[in-house]
Amino acid sequence: MDPLEIARWQFGITTVYHFLMVPLTIGLGIVVAALETTWLITKKQEFLRMTKFWGKLFLINFIMGVATGIVQEFQFGMAWSEYSRFVGDVFGAPLAMEALLAFFVESTFLGLWIFGWDRLPKVVHAACIWAATLAATLSAYFILVANSWMQHPVGVEIQDGRAVMTDAWAVFTNNTALVTFPHTLFGAFAVAGGFLLGISWYHLHRRRAEGIDTVDADGRVIVGEAPELGAARDKTDYFVWIKSLRIGAVVAIIAFIGVAFSGHAQAQLMFEQQPMKMAAAEAACHDGTGFSVLAVGDLSAQGQTDCSNIVAVFELPGLLSYLANEDFTTPVKGVNTLLPEYQEKYGTTYPNDPMYGANAGQEINYLPIMEVTYWGFRLMITFGGMAAVAAAIALWVTRKGTVYNNKWISRLAVLGILAPFAANSAGWIFTEMGRQPFVVAPNPSFTGIDQVFMFAAAAVSPGVSAGELLFSLIALTLIYLVLLVVEVRLLVRFIRGGIPSAMPELSKKHDDTDGTKNDQHDDDVLAFAY
Amino acid sequence: MEFLPTLWFILIGVLWIGYLFLEGFDLGVGMLMKLFARNDRQRRLLLNTIGPVWDGNEVWLLTAGGATFAAFPHWYASLFSALYIPLTLVLIGLIFRAVAIEYRGKSHRESSRNLWDWALAGGSFVAAFGVGAMLALTTTGLPLNANGDRVGGAFAWLNGYAVLGGLAVVGFCLVHALAFVMLKTDGETRIRARKLLSMWLLVGLAPMAVWALIVVARSGEVLPWIAVAIAVVGAVSAWLMVRRNKEGLAFTFLGLFLVAGAASIFWAAYPVVLPSTIDAAFNLTVENASSSPYTLQLMSIVAAFGVPLVLAYQGWTYWVFRKRIVERNIPEAHAVEPIVNVLHKVK
Ligand code: HDD
Ligand code: HEM
Ligand code: HEM
Repeated sequence: MDPLEIARWQFGITTVYHFLMVPLTIGLGIVVAALETTWLITKKQEFLRMTKFWGKLFLINFIMGVATGIVQEFQFGMAWSEYSRFVGDVFGAPLAMEALLAFFVESTFLGLWIFGWDRLPKVVHAACIWAATLAATLSAYFILVANSWMQHPVGVEIQDGRAVMTDAWAVFTNNTALVTFPHTLFGAFAVAGGFLLGISWYHLHRRRAEGIDTVDADGRVIVGEAPELGAARDKTDYFVWIKSLRIGAVVAIIAFIGVAFSGHAQAQLMFEQQPMKMAAAEAACHDGTGFSVLAVGDLSAQGQTDCSNIVAVFELPGLLSYLANEDFTTPVKGVNTLLPEYQEKYGTTYPNDPMYGANAGQEINYLPIMEVTYWGFRLMITFGGMAAVAAAIALWVTRKGTVYNNKWISRLAVLGILAPFAANSAGWIFTEMGRQPFVVAPNPSFTGIDQVFMFAAAAVSPGVSAGELLFSLIALTLIYLVLLVVEVRLLVRFIRGGIPSAMPELSKKHDDTDGTKNDQHDDDVLAFAY
Repeated sequence: MEFLPTLWFILIGVLWIGYLFLEGFDLGVGMLMKLFARNDRQRRLLLNTIGPVWDGNEVWLLTAGGATFAAFPHWYASLFSALYIPLTLVLIGLIFRAVAIEYRGKSHRESSRNLWDWALAGGSFVAAFGVGAMLALTTTGLPLNANGDRVGGAFAWLNGYAVLGGLAVVGFCLVHALAFVMLKTDGETRIRARKLLSMWLLVGLAPMAVWALIVVARSGEVLPWIAVAIAVVGAVSAWLMVRRNKEGLAFTFLGLFLVAGAASIFWAAYPVVLPSTIDAAFNLTVENASSSPYTLQLMSIVAAFGVPLVLAYQGWTYWVFRKRIVERNIPEAHAVEPIVNVLHKVK
C-alpha cells in the first residue's frame, strides 16, 4: 500500500475525530461561561444548576478534545516530515503560538474552574471559565491561520526550496483565515445550540411523560413537582430545562445565519483562490451560472478529464454566479476550462523524483474526488439548515412553556443533536479533500518563480514505512472507536441523571444526618474531587 | 555562533526542563496509582493532588513540540519521523492517561475503575519512557541520511541509549512524584512516601546521572562538568533532606538535580541538535536546522511576552491549591442513575 494513502487516511480520521469534540468545547464553553455570569447577576438558582449540569457535560467532552489534540500536534512531524520541512518556517509559528498563548491558558484556568468552586471568590471563578473558553476560541484562530495558509499561502517566499516567512502580518490576516474563523465559530455554536436543545427537550418530555408537568386547556404548561425526587424534579428543574431549550434554539438559529453569511464570503474567496475546488463542489464541467441542487451520473470522474456523463437534474439558475460574484450572469469556470489552466501553470506530470514516491513521473490529477466535494458541500448546508429549521419549530412549539408529550418527537430531538456535528465534519472533509492534489494549494496571484505550493505526494515522511503508518492508523482508529463508545455512554449516563448527576450535594438527604458533627465534616470536604 | 538560533536552543531546553519538572510528578503519580496506593481512597487522594494542574503541565510538552517545529523545523521533522513507532506509543499512552484521569472518578463499578487505573499507570509509564528515549536519542544520535531521514527500518533507533533515557525519565518521575506526594498529602501516604524516598531516591536518579555522564564525557567539553557536579550535589542533598524530614528542601534539591542534569546534557550537545550516526556531516545543528531569522525574531517576541505570563498564572494555580489534602477531604463517591429509574424505585 502507498504510504501516502495511509497517511492521508490517518490524518483525515484523526482530525475529523478531533473536530467532533472541538466545536462542542468551543460552543458549549462559551454558553457555560455566560450561564455562570447570568447566575452571578440574577442569583437565580436555575442558572447555577444549568452551569453545573452543562459544565459537567462540557468537561466529559473537553478531555477527549485534549487527548486527540496531542496526536494532531505530533502528526505533522511524524507522518509528514517533508511537509514540515517545507512549511515549518511559516506554519510552525501559529502552532507554537497556539500552545504558548492559548492552550496554557485554557488548561490552567479550566483546572482552576473545576477544582476552584469552594476556593475562589465567585467572580474570580467565573472569570476562570471565561479565560478558558476565550483561549479555546483563540486557539481556533491560530490553528485556522495555519490551515488557511495551506489553502491560500501568503506572506512567504521560496528560499532554498522552502517556504520562508517574510510578512507575519499577511499570514495572520490572511483573508482566508478571516472568513474561515467566523464560519468555524458559528459552526461550533450550531453544535452547542443543538446539544442544549435536544437534551432539554428530552428532560421536558420526561417531566411530561411522568405526569409531573401537565398542560391546561389552552396548551399552557402547569409546572408540577415530584417532591420524593427532590431537586431532580422540583420546579427549579423545570426552569433549568425550558430556559436551556430556548437558549439552545436561539443559539442554533443565530449560528445558522452566521454560517450562511460567512460561508458566502468563503465561497467568493474560493472561486478566486481555489477555482477547481469550487468547480468540483458544483460538479460543474462547463462554465455556467446555475447552482446545482441535484446532479446524477458518474461523479467519480477521478482521472477522467471529460466529465461528460454528469447530468444536472435541477439547477437554481444564476445562484452560482451570485455566490461567486454577487450577480446572476457572470459565468463561473467549469472543470473543463480549468484543467488546462492548471496543467499549464503547475505541470502535467509529477517530476521524476523519488520524493514523489509511487507518483513520480505520473500524470497529475487536478480534479478532487467530485463525489466528496459535491456531497460534502451539500450535506454541510443541508444538515446545518435542518438543525436551524428544527430549532425554529422548537421555539414555536415551546412558546406555551413545554414540549409535546410524544415519545417519538423527543427521540427525534435527541437524534437531531447529531446534525450540526455532521455538518461540521462534512464541511471539513469538503475543504480538505477539495484541496487535493495539493497539500499547500497554490496561490494563483503568485506566478513564475514565486509560486508556492506543494503536492501531497511530496509531503509524507520519506523514511517512514507503510507498515509503521498502518500500525498507527489501525491502533489509533481502534482506540478512537473504543473511546467514542466510552464517551457517549458516559454522556448518556450523566444526561439521564439530570441535575443530581452534576450536583450530588442536592440529592443528599438532610433528614437522616445528625447535625453538628456532619456539618463540621462537610467543611473539610472538597467541593469537587476526582 | 548565531545568536537567535542559540537562544532558541536554550529556550527549547528550558521548555523540556519545565515539562520534566512539572509533568514529571504527575506522570509519576500516575504510575504510583498502581505501585503505591493501597486502596481506592488513597488512589483518589493521589489523583486529586494533580487534579487541577496536570493538563496545564502537559501543555509544556505541546509547547516544546510546537516551538521545535517553529524554530527548528528540520529537527522536528527528522526526530519525530525517525521515532515513528515510539512516538505513536507515547501518544497512545497520553491519550489513555488523559481520559483515565477524567473518567475514573465517573465510573462506579470497581472493575471499570480498576481498568482506568491500569490505563493511567500504564499510559504514564509508556509516555515517560518514550519521552525519555526520544530525549536521549536526540543527544546520542540516530541513523539519518543527508536529507535527515531515518535509514535502517522501523526499529533502527532501538539501542541502549534509548533504554537508558527511558529509565532515566521513569526513575526521575517516580522519585519526583513521591516527593510531591510527601509535600501535598498528610497521614499514611506522606509517611510512606518519605520512607520509600529515603530508600530509593538515589537509585531512581542514577540512570539520568549516567546519561548525563555519557553525553558530557563524549562531548569532550569541560564546562558542562560543572553542571554535572551541581546535579550530583542536588541529588545527594535531596536524599539527606528526606532523611532529615525537610520536605520542602528535598523537593527543591530534586528540582536542582533536574535543572543542572538536563542543562549539562543540552550544554554538552550544543551546537548539534540531532547527530547522525551515519556521518557527522549529516548532523542537524542549531544553524542548519533552524528557521529564518525573521521567524525566530517573531517567535522571540511572542516568547518574551508569553513565557513569563505562563509562569505567573501557573504559579498562582499552585498557590491556590497549596493546601495539603488528606483522605477525609475526599467526598463520597455518588452513583449517577437515570432519574426515571429513581422515580420508579420511589414509587
Ligand atoms: C477550530 C478549532 C480547532 C481546530 C481546527 C483544531 N483544534 Fe485542536 N483544539 C481546539 C480547537 C481546534 C480546542 C477547542 O481549543 C481544543 C478542543 C478541546 C480542547 O481542549 O481544546 C483543542 C485541543 C487541542 C490540543 C490539546 C490542548 C490541551 O492539552 O489543552 C492540541 C495539541 C490540539 N488541539 C492541536 C490541534 C492541531 C495540531 C490541529 C490541526 C490539525 C487542531 N488541533 C485542529
Ligand atoms: C489547522 C488545521 C488543519 C491542518 C493544518 C490540516 C492539515 C492537513 C494535512 C497536512 C492533511 C494531509 C494531506 C492531505 O491529504 O491533503 C490533511 C488532510 C485532511 N484533513 Fe486537514 N488539517 C486541518 C484541519 C482539519 C480539520 C479540523 C479537519 C476536519 C475535521 C480536517 C480534515 C481533513 C481530512 C478529511 C483530510 C484528508 C484529506 C484527503 O484524504 O484527501 N482537517 N489536513
Ligand atoms: C448556507 C450555508 C453555508 C455555506 C454557504 C457554507 C460555505 C462554506 C464554504 C464555501 C466552505 C469551504 C471553504 C474553503 O474550502 O475554503 C465551508 C467550509 C466549512 N463549513 Fe460551511 N457553509 C454553510 C453552512 C455550514 C454549516 C451549517 C456548518 C456547520 C454547522 C458549516 C461548517 C463548515 C466547516 C466546519 C467548514 C470547514 C472549515 C472552513 O473552511 O471554514 N458550514 N463552508
